[in-house]
Amino acid sequence: MTIVDPEKIVVDPNVVNITINDKPVLARKGEVIIAAADRTEDFIPRFCYHPRMSSVGMCRQCLVEVETPRGPMMVVSCMTPVAEGQIVRTATDSVKKAQEGVLELLLANHPLDCPVCDKGGECPLQDQAFSHGPGESRFVEEKRHYEKPIAISDIVYLDRERCILCDRCTRFADEVAGDPLISFTSRGNDTQVLTFPEEPFSSYFSGNTVQICPVGALTAKPYRFKARPWDLNETETTCTSCSVGCRIVVQSSRDELVRYQGVDIDPVNWGWLCDRGRYNFESVNSTQRLTTPLIKSDSGLVPSSWSVALDSAARIIRHALSTSADSVAILGGARGTNEDAFAWAMLADELKINQRDSQLGDGLTPEIFNLAQATIDETCAASTIILLAPDLKEELPVLYLRIRDAAQKRNSRIIEFSSHDSGLTPYAWRSVAFEPGRQAQVVRETLELQEIKEQIQRGEVVVVLGRANLAENEAFTLHALGEILHALPNAKILPVLRRGNVRGAVAVGLTPQQNSGDAIDILTKAAAGKINCLILLGANPLADVADSILVKQALVQIKNVISIDTFVTSSNTNADVVFPAAAFAEKNGTTTNLEGRVSNVTQQITPRGTSRPDWMIATELGLSLGIDLGISSLDELHQKMISSIPEFSSCADNSAIQSDGVLMVSEASATISRGSVNLVDRNSYSYRLIVSRTMYDAAQSTITSNSLVGIITESTIYVHPLDLARIGVVDGTNIRVGVDEINIVLPVRAHSGVHRGTAWLPYNHTNVDIRPLLNIAADVVDVRIEQIK
Amino acid sequence: MSRLTEKNLVIAKEIIARYPRSKSALIPLLHLAQEQTGYISRDAMVHLGELVGVTSAEVYGTASFYEMFRFEPIGKYLINICGTMSCALMGAEELMHHAEKRLGVKAGGTTQDGLFTLAHAECQAACTEAPCLQVNYRYRLRVTATDLDNLIDDLQNGKLNDEIPAHGVLSKVRQLIPADRAVGAVDPELVTESPVWLNGKPAL
Repeated sequence: MTIVDPEKIVVDPNVVNITINDKPVLARKGEVIIAAADRTEDFIPRFCYHPRMSSVGMCRQCLVEVETPRGPMMVVSCMTPVAEGQIVRTATDSVKKAQEGVLELLLANHPLDCPVCDKGGECPLQDQAFSHGPGESRFVEEKRHYEKPIAISDIVYLDRERCILCDRCTRFADEVAGDPLISFTSRGNDTQVLTFPEEPFSSYFSGNTVQICPVGALTAKPYRFKARPWDLNETETTCTSCSVGCRIVVQSSRDELVRYQGVDIDPVNWGWLCDRGRYNFESVNSTQRLTTPLIKSDSGLVPSSWSVALDSAARIIRHALSTSADSVAILGGARGTNEDAFAWAMLADELKINQRDSQLGDGLTPEIFNLAQATIDETCAASTIILLAPDLKEELPVLYLRIRDAAQKRNSRIIEFSSHDSGLTPYAWRSVAFEPGRQAQVVRETLELQEIKEQIQRGEVVVVLGRANLAENEAFTLHALGEILHALPNAKILPVLRRGNVRGAVAVGLTPQQNSGDAIDILTKAAAGKINCLILLGANPLADVADSILVKQALVQIKNVISIDTFVTSSNTNADVVFPAAAFAEKNGTTTNLEGRVSNVTQQITPRGTSRPDWMIATELGLSLGIDLGISSLDELHQKMISSIPEFSSCADNSAIQSDGVLMVSEASATISRGSVNLVDRNSYSYRLIVSRTMYDAAQSTITSNSLVGIITESTIYVHPLDLARIGVVDGTNIRVGVDEINIVLPVRAHSGVHRGTAWLPYNHTNVDIRPLLNIAADVVDVRIEQIK
Repeated sequence: MSRLTEKNLVIAKEIIARYPRSKSALIPLLHLAQEQTGYISRDAMVHLGELVGVTSAEVYGTASFYEMFRFEPIGKYLINICGTMSCALMGAEELMHHAEKRLGVKAGGTTQDGLFTLAHAECQAACTEAPCLQVNYRYRLRVTATDLDNLIDDLQNGKLNDEIPAHGVLSKVRQLIPADRAVGAVDPELVTESPVWLNGKPAL
C-alpha cells in the first residue's frame, strides 16, 4: 500500500464532486446541475434549457431535489450551479409530483392538436408529457385562443396557442443571432411572442428558432405539412452552401429532401445554421434541375444520351488539344466534393491542361493557405481578432455567430478594417474604415497607435482574411495583410474564401498550374481568341465573375464550351455539351471547410434523372478520351486522394471524418510581403465603389428555392445620407450610376453604415445587372451618381 | 407621423442622459410619447428604439406589459369613473349612466369630436371621497351628476386648460435636471471601486 502525502494530492480547482441519484458525478465548476446530469443516464426533463444559451428558468420543468441542512429542497436544475458535495435527486416522489404539476400547468392552455401538428413525433412537449406528465388534466375550462399560424416572416410561421413561453426563440434571436426582432409582448395572462407590428422577423438565422422550439409553435414554410418525423429518412452530412462547413442532418421523404437540421459539433457550428443553408435544399428538388445530358443543336440545347454527349465532349477536347494544351481551360470545381475536384484534377493532369482555376477572380491567391493557419476555435479563443474580410454575416453567417459570441461572451476583441459597416461592426472593439484601395496604409497607421499596440501584445492574434470588395484589386487586401504580418509575424490566418469547397479544390490541384494564369487571365486570353475549349465545373462565370463585359467577350470567342452543372445557367445556354451533375445530398464524398477541416458529405436521395457525380463524369470522359484514371469506385478515389495529396494525409480516420472532421495538413511556407500600388485619388465628385455579396442574392441555389426566391432584393446602391442630400434626390429614387460611357439606372438609398465618398453596391441582385460597371483590370472603380433629369 | 416632436426630443435626450445605459430610459420615454398624442403610436416606438438603441420589437415588448400605455388613439380627456366597492355604494353606476347619456358614448368609447374618452376604472384609492373619478389622472371627488356636467362644460370651454393637460400626463411635475447639476451617466462596468461601505463599516 502506498501512502500518499496529502500535500501532494493535486485537486483540480475546476472539478466539483457531486452526487446525482446516489451516483458520484464529476462536474465542472460553474456549470448548472442539468448540464452535469446530461453526462449521466439520468434525464431531467426540460423545455427552456439549451446548452448553447444562458439559463433563464422559464419553464420550471427541470425541478430536482437538492439536499440542504434543512432537508431536501426543490430547485430548478438549469439555474442552480453545482457545488462540492452537492446531493441531487431527480426522481423522488416529490420531484415526480412537482414535474407532473408543471407539465399539467404547461398543458393547461396547450391545444393538444398533435395529430395535425408538424412537431408531433419529435416534440419535447409531447415526449415529456408521456414520460414525465400526469397522464390527465384537471383543466376543464376553455383554453386560450389565438389566430392559428401567423406568418412572422417569409419563412417562419407562429402558432401562439401551442407556445409554452420557454423563451428559447426570443433568447436565441437576442443572445445568439443579435437580431432581437421577436419579443414577449402583452406580458401577463396573455404573454405571447410577437414581432413588432407588421415588421417581419427577418433574421438570417430564423430557422434555428424553428429547430429549437420545444413545441410546434414555430414552423417553417418549406417543411410545413410535408412529412411526419417517423417517416423521414436521414443522414448526417456537411453543408456546402458556403465554406463554413456546418454539420447537418439531411432528411428526406419519398426520395425528396424535406428538411435540414443543424447538428451540434464543437469546432464549427454549435448546432446553428443560416437560413440560406437550411432552406436552399429546395433547389435540389427543383423541377428545373437538369436530368439528362444536353447537346447543342440548331434549336438550342436538346436532350441527349450519355454516350452521345460523352463522345461529343471527347471529340471537342481532342480537337482543341490537337492545337495546344493551352487552348483548353477548366473553371470551377469549388462546389463539389474533394473527390470530384481530385478526379477532374487528375484528368487535367493527364491531358496536361494547366489552365484551371476553382476561384473566379473573386477570391484571393491560394498562397494564403500556406500561411500559419488558425481554426475557427483558435480564432474565437484569440485575444485579438483582426477582420480584413467581407461582411461575415452576409457571406459566412455561422462564422459570424461564432465570432460574435467570442467578442460578446468571451475575451476576444475585434479590430475591424472595413470599407463599410458590417454585421460585426457593432461588436468590434475598434472598427477602422478605409476607402477602397487604401487599406494597407490604414492598417499600417492603425497598428502604430498605442492602444492598438497594447491590445495586440496581449496574446494570440488571428487575422480573418477574405476578399471584401469585388470592385477592388485583390492585391490591396494582400498588401494590408503584409502590413499586419510585418507588425505581427506570429499572427495566424483564418482564410475566409466563400465557395463551399474552394479549399479542397485548391488542395487537389484545381488551381493554376505551371505558372499559368488565374481565372481572369484565362478569360482575358479567351476574349483574345486564344482558348478553344472551356470546361465549366459547376461554374457560372457570367454570374460569378465581376467583369461581365470580359466574360461575354470570352464566351463569344471560345469555340466550344463543355459544362457540368445541375441547372441550365446563363453561361451554359450556348454550351456544346451540358452534363447533368448530381447535387448535394445526391452523392457521397468529403468536403473541406475554410479552416481546412475535412468532413464527409453523404448521399441521401437518388440523383435526379440520369445525373451523376462530377468524379464519375471525369472518369467516363477520360475513358472516352482513351485515358484510364484507374478509378472504379468512390472509395478507391478517396484512398488515392489521401495517398497522393499530402494535405489530405491526415484524413485516414473515417470515423473522425464522419463526425467533427479532420484538419488537413498545412505548412506555413508562404510569405506575404508589404507592397503598394499607385492609386489615383478619387475625384471629389465621384464615389468609390464597394461591391460585396449579401446572403440572399440571385445565386442559382437561391433563385431555384421557392421559399427563398421571394426574399431576394432588387439591385440598389447605398450612399451616406449626406451624400444622398448632395445628389439631391429622396431615398429610393432611381438614379444613374456611370463609369466612362457605361450607365445603369437603379434606386439609391441612404445608409449610415456607408462612408462619405463611397457607395456600396450589393452584387448579383435582381432587375439591374451592375456588372458592366466593374472593370476587373482597374484597381478601384469610381462611379458618377447623377439625378435623372 | 407621430415621432417625438423637436421639443420632446430635447426632453428625451435629457432623460436618456440620466441613465448609465440608454435603454433604461425606455419607460420614461414611453410616457413622454404618450403625453404627446395620448397613445403610443407605431412611429413613436420605432423612434424610441432608435433613440435608446434597441429594436422596435423590444420597445413593443416592454410597452405592451403596462396596462396604462395605450396603442390606440384616445380622446383629449380621459374620464375614468371608479366602479369599485365604495364608489359603487355611493352611486358610481348612476354616475356612469349619466356620463354615458351626457357624452353619447358607452363606457370605453370616445366622443365624435375626439374630446372625451369614457372608461371604467378600478379603485383609485379615494374611497373616503366616493364616488370619485379622474380626468386625465386628476382627481374629482364626491362627484354628483351636476358636478360631472359642470366638469364636462368646463373642459369643453377650455376653462381647465391650466390644470388638466391634454392626453393624460401621469406626472404632475416634470423633473428637469439642469445640465450643470446632472451627475451624468456612469457605465457600471467602468466602475472599479467597490461601494464606500465595503471598504469600511456600512454607513448607517
